[in-house]
Amino acid sequence: MDILLQQVFNGLTLGSIYALVALGYTMVYGILGLINFAHGEVVMIGALTALAVMKPLAAAGVPGPLAVLLALLAAALVCMALGFTIERVAYRRLRNAPRLAPLITAIGVSIVLQQVAMLVWGRNYHSVPALLPSANHEVLGAQITEVQILIIVVAALTMSGLMLLVNRTRMGRAMRATAENPTVAALMGVDANRIIALTFVIGSALAALAGVLVSANYGIAHYHMGFILGLKAFTAAVLGGIGNLAGAMVGGVLLGIIEALGAGYIGDLTGGVLGSHYQDVFAFFVLIVVLIFRPSGLMGEKVAERA
Amino acid sequence: MNVPVRVLSLSVLAAVAVMGCGKEEPPPPPPQAAAPPPPPPPLVVKLGHSAPLTGPQAHIGKDNENGAALAVEDANAAKIKVGGRDVKFELMGEDDQADPKQGTLVAQKFVDAKVNAVIGHLNSGTTIPASKIYSDAGIPQVSPSATNPDYTKQGFKTAFRVMANDEQQGKVLGDYAGHNLKAKTVAVIDDKTQYGEGLATQFKAAATAAGVKVVAEEHTDDKAVDFAAILTKIKGKKPDLVFYGGMDPQAAPMAMQMKKLGIKAKLLMGDGGCTTEFVKNAGDAAEGHYCSLPGVPLDKMPGGPKFVERYKAKFNLDIQLYAPYAYDAVMVVVEAVKRAQSAESAKIIAELPKTDFPGVTTRITFDEKGDIKDGAITLYVAKGGKWEALETIGGAPAAPAQPAGMGGMSGMSGMSGMGGMSGMSGMSGMGGMSGMSGMAGAPAPAAPAAPAEKK
Repeated sequence: MDILLQQVFNGLTLGSIYALVALGYTMVYGILGLINFAHGEVVMIGALTALAVMKPLAAAGVPGPLAVLLALLAAALVCMALGFTIERVAYRRLRNAPRLAPLITAIGVSIVLQQVAMLVWGRNYHSVPALLPSANHEVLGAQITEVQILIIVVAALTMSGLMLLVNRTRMGRAMRATAENPTVAALMGVDANRIIALTFVIGSALAALAGVLVSANYGIAHYHMGFILGLKAFTAAVLGGIGNLAGAMVGGVLLGIIEALGAGYIGDLTGGVLGSHYQDVFAFFVLIVVLIFRPSGLMGEKVAERA
Repeated sequence: MNVPVRVLSLSVLAAVAVMGCGKEEPPPPPPQAAAPPPPPPPLVVKLGHSAPLTGPQAHIGKDNENGAALAVEDANAAKIKVGGRDVKFELMGEDDQADPKQGTLVAQKFVDAKVNAVIGHLNSGTTIPASKIYSDAGIPQVSPSATNPDYTKQGFKTAFRVMANDEQQGKVLGDYAGHNLKAKTVAVIDDKTQYGEGLATQFKAAATAAGVKVVAEEHTDDKAVDFAAILTKIKGKKPDLVFYGGMDPQAAPMAMQMKKLGIKAKLLMGDGGCTTEFVKNAGDAAEGHYCSLPGVPLDKMPGGPKFVERYKAKFNLDIQLYAPYAYDAVMVVVEAVKRAQSAESAKIIAELPKTDFPGVTTRITFDEKGDIKDGAITLYVAKGGKWEALETIGGAPAAPAQPAGMGGMSGMSGMSGMGGMSGMSGMSGMGGMSGMSGMAGAPAPAAPAAPAEKK
C-alpha cells in the first residue's frame, strides 16, 4: 500500500511539472493554433538563468527562499523578453503562412536556443543548490519532500490564476476573442498583435517558474534538459485537450501518474514480459486510446473552425 | 594540390618524395647530401575523433576530444619524422551525439575524408556499428572508452581499445558486490544502451555466481531524469545494493532520488558513473556509493599527475573521465605511425598489434582481438565529495616509470577477475609472444620516457 501511495505521489509531482510546462504549450496553441516547440527550451533557459542568479546570492548569504524568489524574478524577466523576441522575430511574419512553416521554425528556434545555451553555460551539468526547504515527510509510509509539495501547490495555483485571467478579466476576453477569430477581434478594437505577444510573455514567465521548480526538484540543470521535458509536456497538453487550460493540468497529472504506475507495475502485471522501460509505451498507448474516442483530448473544446 | 606543383619546380628529388605522399607511401629516404635546402612539406596524418559533443553526454565527449587534442599537440611537438619528412598530425573532431545512427554517419564522413586512423567512439553503442564501416574501409580504430565486449569480438582487424572491456569489469563488479560488499540481494537498473545493458548483463552473471540474488531488473533510458517510479518499486524489494549500468547524467539524479525516497542501499556503478560530475551534482547524496573504472586511479597512473596538471592548464577544466584514455589512444596510433614509418592505414593496422607503449593510463599491449591486455580495474567509493580509490584488481605491472605504483595493489592476488580475463583466449594467440613473461618479470625492455616528456 505504501508503495502504491508512493507511486501516486511520484506521479503527482512529475505530472505537476508536466502540467506547468503544458500550460505554456496550450496557451499559445489556444490563441495561434501553433505548437511552440521552443517552449521546452525556454524552460531550460529559465532554469539556467535562475541558477546563475541564485548561486552568487546564496554565496552572499541571502536566505534560501529569498534567493530563489529573486532568481525566479530574474529568470522570469529574461524568459519574458525571450518569449517576446521569439514571437516577434520567428513567428509573427509567418502568422498567415501555411501551418507547416511556423512548426518547422519552432523546431529551428528550439535548436538555436539549445546551442546558444550550450555556448553560454557549457556542456557540463550544473548542480542546483538546495535552497528551498527539502525536508522529507513520511505520509502513510510514503516519502514526500517539501519541494514536491511546493511543485504540486504552485502548479495548482498557477492554473487557477490563469483560468481567472482568461475567463474573468478584460484582457482574458480579448485573448478568447483573438483565439476565436483574430480578424473579427481586430475589427472590434482588439490589438491582436499585443494580445499574442502578451500570451507569449505570460507563457514564458510560466516556463521560468517551471524551470526553477524542475531544477530544484532534480537538483540538476543542463542545456539539454528542456527537450524531453517539452516533449512530455506537449504530450500532456494533447492528452488533456490542447488549447484548454484545465486540460493541460489534467493531462499533465494524468500522464505523470500513468508513467509512474506504468513503470511501477507493468512488470508485475505482465509477469515480467514487459519491463519498466515500457513506461513511455504505456503512456502513449493511453494517449492513443484517448484520442481515438476523444480526438480533441480529454477536455478539448470544439475549436474546429480555427483549424 | 598547389603545393606539389611548387615543390616540383624546385627539385626533382623533392618531387619524388611528394608524389610518394600522394599515394601515402613512405618516400624513399632522400639522399641528404644531394637534397637542396628546401625541406619537403610535412606529411599530414589525419586522425578522426568522434564522441558526443552535444546532448546529455556532451561533457564527457568534449573531455575525450580535449584528451586527444592534447596528444596531437604533444605528437607534433615531438617532431616525429617519417622517411625523413616531418609529420603533422591533424585532429578532425566530430559529434556523434552518442547516437548509433549519427555514429555511422560520422564514420562514413571519416572514410570520405580519408582519415588515416580513427580515435573513438566514446560509447559502445556508436563504436560497434561504426567499426564495421572502418573495417570495410581498412581504417584503424582505437576506442578510448567503448567497453562492450562485442566491439572486438567481430573479428575486425581494425578494431582496438585501450580500456578493459565489460566482461572484465562486470565480473569484477559482481565479485565485489558479493565478496567485498557482502550483498545478499541486488536490484539492477540499466539504460538500455549497448554499454549499460551489456555491463548490467555481465554484472548479473557475476553477481549471481558470487551468491547475490537479483531481486529486481529495471530499465530506463539515457535521456531520463526521473527515476522515482522504478526506485519506488526497488524500494519495495528491499535490496542490499542497487547496480546501475549507465552514464552519469542519469546516475546523479538517481542517487539524489534514492536519498529522497529513503532508500538505504548503496549504488554500485561501472565507469559511466565514475565521473567528477557525479559527485559534484549528486552532492551529499553521492556519499558512500561505489563505482569502478578500468585502469588505475589517475594519481597512480604512470603519467597521471602530470597529465592532470597539463590538462587543467590547457583547458581550464577538470578531467571528467576518459581524457587520459583518449590521449593514450592517439599516442598508440602515433607510435604505430612512427614504427611503420608510414601514415598509410594498412601499415598502421599492421603495426598496432605490436604496440607496447607506456601510456599515461598504463602500459598498453593488445591481445589478438584488439583488447588491452591485463586491463586493471579500480573500485572507488564516494567520500567527502570525491571518488576515493578502494582497490585495484588485475592489471599489468605499471610501466617502468613507476613500478611501485601498482605493486602494492594486491593486483595478482588471485582475483578471479584477472583469471577470467587473461584466460579469454587473448593469450592463446599471443602465447608465444613474451606476453606473460614480459609482464611478470622485469619492466618492459625499452624503458621509454613518458610521452609528456618528449617535448
